[in-house]
Amino acid sequence: MIRVQTEDFDIGAEITRIGADNTEIGGLASFVGLVRDYAGDEKISAMTLEHYPGMTEKELFKLETEARERWDLQEVLIVHRYGRLKPGDRIVLVVTASAHRKASLESCQFLIDWLKTKAPFWKLEDRESGAKWVDSREQDTVAADKWV
Amino acid sequence: MQVLYFGWVKSRIGISKETLSPPLEVTNVVTLIDWLKGQGDGYAAAFNDAASLRVAVNQEVAPLDTVISDDDEVAIFSPMTGG
Repeated sequence: MIRVQTEDFDIGAEITRIGADNTEIGGLASFVGLVRDYAGDEKISAMTLEHYPGMTEKELFKLETEARERWDLQEVLIVHRYGRLKPGDRIVLVVTASAHRKASLESCQFLIDWLKTKAPFWKLEDRESGAKWVDSREQDTVAADKWV
Repeated sequence: MQVLYFGWVKSRIGISKETLSPPLEVTNVVTLIDWLKGQGDGYAAAFNDAASLRVAVNQEVAPLDTVISDDDEVAIFSPMTGG
């Protein structure tokens, strides 16, 4: 399941709901992305995420489909926020569920690695020196390419 | 043709979306960008570094040589930073 929203999400409630709905699940893996309060040696006071409505949902659905083809998964949940966020705020939640741990752990890492470079989001940081768009990082591309 | 901009491409141009009727010589994304570069300093600044530009045609990531027509939705943006 894919959700793109401005509102915060409740990690415990999301995970509890997935586990309660399906008793074939033997394990859940999760990743939560948060807003840091620094970039390099500069403080960040806020981060604004913009996205491409329409394409975002399609790309996230493609990622879910790809994960389900590669691993035997009972459930996949991706919740990604957009809008203006503060340091400490949650940005993204990925939950994968499977009968045994290997599939959920691996697919959770796969999803967040591919989200970084394939989901149409852009981050604008409010820094002490002014607003700056976050650059893509070479190490994120390397991490994504591992799964090709 | 619907054209959308995201990330620093949007900031440099100053708008997020516009409807364009490019001239006949615009047949693919490369020629669209070349034509847009002549439409103002913001466009020239946004498209200065072609290697850093990413493109989607009809909401699918696409190479710069993708053929486009008036019915297409073309998005030009800086590298995506999700997650």
